Amino acid sequence: MNDNLFIVVFAAAIYYGTPLVYAALGEILAERSGVINLGVEGMILLGAVGGCWVATTVDGPAGIVLPLAVIVSMLFAAAGALIHAFLTITLRVNQIISGLALTIFAGVAGVSSYLAGLWDLGRAPIANQFGRMDLFGWGDLPVLGPILFNQTLLTYLSWLLVVLTSIYIFRTRWGLQLRAVGESPQTADSVGVAVQRSRYLHVLVGGAFAGIAGACFSLSILPTWQNGMTLGQGWIALALVIFGFWRPDLMLVGAYLFGGLSSLRYTLQARGVEIPQLFLDSLPYVMTIVVLVVVSNTAARRQLGAPAALGKPYEREER
Amino acid sequence: MGSQASHSRRRFRTAGVLSVAVLAVVGLVATACSSSDSDSSSVVKAAWIYVGPTNDGGWTQAHDNGRKFAETELGSNVKTTYKENVKEAEVAPVIEDLVKDGNTIIFATSYGYAEPMAAAAAKYPDVKFEQATGDLITAGKATPANYAEYWGAGEDTLYLSGIAAGKATKNNKIGIEAPFAIPEIIRHLNAFVLGAQSVNPAATAKVVWTNDWFNPTAEKQAAESLVSAGVDVIFSHQDSPAAGEVAKANNLPWVGYDSDQSGAYSSVWLTTATYNWGPRYLSRINAVNDNTWKSDNYYGTIADGFTTLATFGNLVSADTKTLIDAELTKAKNAGATSINIRPVVAAFGWFWSLSDRQDQTGAVKITKGQTLSQKDLYEMNWFVKGIDGTLKN
Repeated sequence: MNDNLFIVVFAAAIYYGTPLVYAALGEILAERSGVINLGVEGMILLGAVGGCWVATTVDGPAGIVLPLAVIVSMLFAAAGALIHAFLTITLRVNQIISGLALTIFAGVAGVSSYLAGLWDLGRAPIANQFGRMDLFGWGDLPVLGPILFNQTLLTYLSWLLVVLTSIYIFRTRWGLQLRAVGESPQTADSVGVAVQRSRYLHVLVGGAFAGIAGACFSLSILPTWQNGMTLGQGWIALALVIFGFWRPDLMLVGAYLFGGLSSLRYTLQARGVEIPQLFLDSLPYVMTIVVLVVVSNTAARRQLGAPAALGKPYEREER
Repeated sequence: MGSQASHSRRRFRTAGVLSVAVLAVVGLVATACSSSDSDSSSVVKAAWIYVGPTNDGGWTQAHDNGRKFAETELGSNVKTTYKENVKEAEVAPVIEDLVKDGNTIIFATSYGYAEPMAAAAAKYPDVKFEQATGDLITAGKATPANYAEYWGAGEDTLYLSGIAAGKATKNNKIGIEAPFAIPEIIRHLNAFVLGAQSVNPAATAKVVWTNDWFNPTAEKQAAESLVSAGVDVIFSHQDSPAAGEVAKANNLPWVGYDSDQSGAYSSVWLTTATYNWGPRYLSRINAVNDNTWKSDNYYGTIADGFTTLATFGNLVSADTKTLIDAELTKAKNAGATSINIRPVVAAFGWFWSLSDRQDQTGAVKITKGQTLSQKDLYEMNWFVKGIDGTLKN
């Protein structure tokens, strides 16, 4: 391991920021369509348990088992998202309540832990896991090598997804429709955009992304299952959406900032740097609160990019 | 049209609210359910309360293995039940439920359950309340006669694990990650480092606090930070095997805690302290059965089989194994079963006063040959010399 503090911290920032990137990217899609999903934490756990289940029970080469595990992670989490979509889009339940219920339902005292018990997961580390991978042989480059090109395949994939999602949201017709649905569903509807279908689609895809975040935990960070192993990372992902002003690129920066800070407190401790622990521990949350205060003002929020119809169910009759 | 629409909206909303409620309830019930519920007055009904899931591969699993041991031994003479994932702050109603279900002995297995357990004991004198890792009795607080505490000398086996670590380190820097700077953990880390120094006086340890009993991400980050700071052996006093992953990735020897990982991490595993709760559970249920149950403050030892060492890993040399086994045998023969509060003598904690023990500043805290009491151990709030770490979380 390279011992340079700068390199250690930046490499950790990206590694531990990656699950946040996936979860927040998914939430950006859902919120851009006008649906807040507070079930992120629960969906990540569903994804983590699904992926771990495949990796534990399926024998085979990593090239087959791991992609399959990630796909199942996505399906599990999307199944959770489907519940939220049905409740909030079709039944028009309050989005906050439904999202919280999803996190309770799927979370540490819920279905994810139940399934893990049923399948007896977590007895041992899984054989196939996403380890560090030297991308293009660039891992030996000075400074940038260990930071950028000695990450896991999941990290490289997340970069691709961030770029593609950005292009999708801001540079395509479908992205324009998505933003219209989130800004003014009535207008979108009047020009023939299927509002409900668009919301379903983006909540489901958002859930699938949260599932990959779960795979980061159970197939790479631990890598095995432990009940409630995410310990609130889903909530940080929710804050990152606001932190990044609903933009994938800014969110990525925020996610790495959180990843880096969460690791920095231990790195400094181990090197005997005397910084009050509580200060470092609270820093990510202080940053979040600052951003939340800034965007709590409606005018500011509009300027920063919050979808205008966020949190509001769409009912055609009210047109 | 308008009223019909609003009617259907209302119907939708009702259906929605109902589904949300069902969703939440199903989720909560899914893991909170317990094993057996049949009612029979001739058998002892015993209940356990766990802070984690029964498959955590560590603390709670060890307790649940103890429950199963008692169940197997007693067969139809006992009906056992358990509640898992019970938060410390939410234990009181769980205890009430278990009493109402007719359980006559209740075992609670997390430190924070102690106060509510003692309160319930005062309220229900006919039920026996057993608290693991509590310190109300040791601290001299008044507790009801139907309230007992049990725990054990994990520090003894951690001292022996420290020998393996002291032998394994080449640069004399051992990295330790641990949850909180509380006496129980401080005692364990001191014992571990004293063990390392007993075979390698130059051994030092760097401590990083994770501020969590269980948090795989933080545990992994803490272990990585220790590696990047240059340690060449890792000891993780945590509930997940995350540090083992870091040890494996960096090919460094690893001492875990409370869980035998010799199989899964054979390439890096040294050993650690593990606990055997079964005999305690068996004897206490038997005592209820034949009306001989009395409050006590049990502190299990190597001698009575409560604490023992996990299987040695491949990295432990034959010489080191012989050395540790010799110490283990000495401890085993040193005394019989544990009894109520007593000084730390031959039966456990033999190592504390083998020589003068200094704290981080060099001040002597234990003199050679001094006899410590269990209370001294329970209130230990200083690090031995050679530990590099703050006592603040």
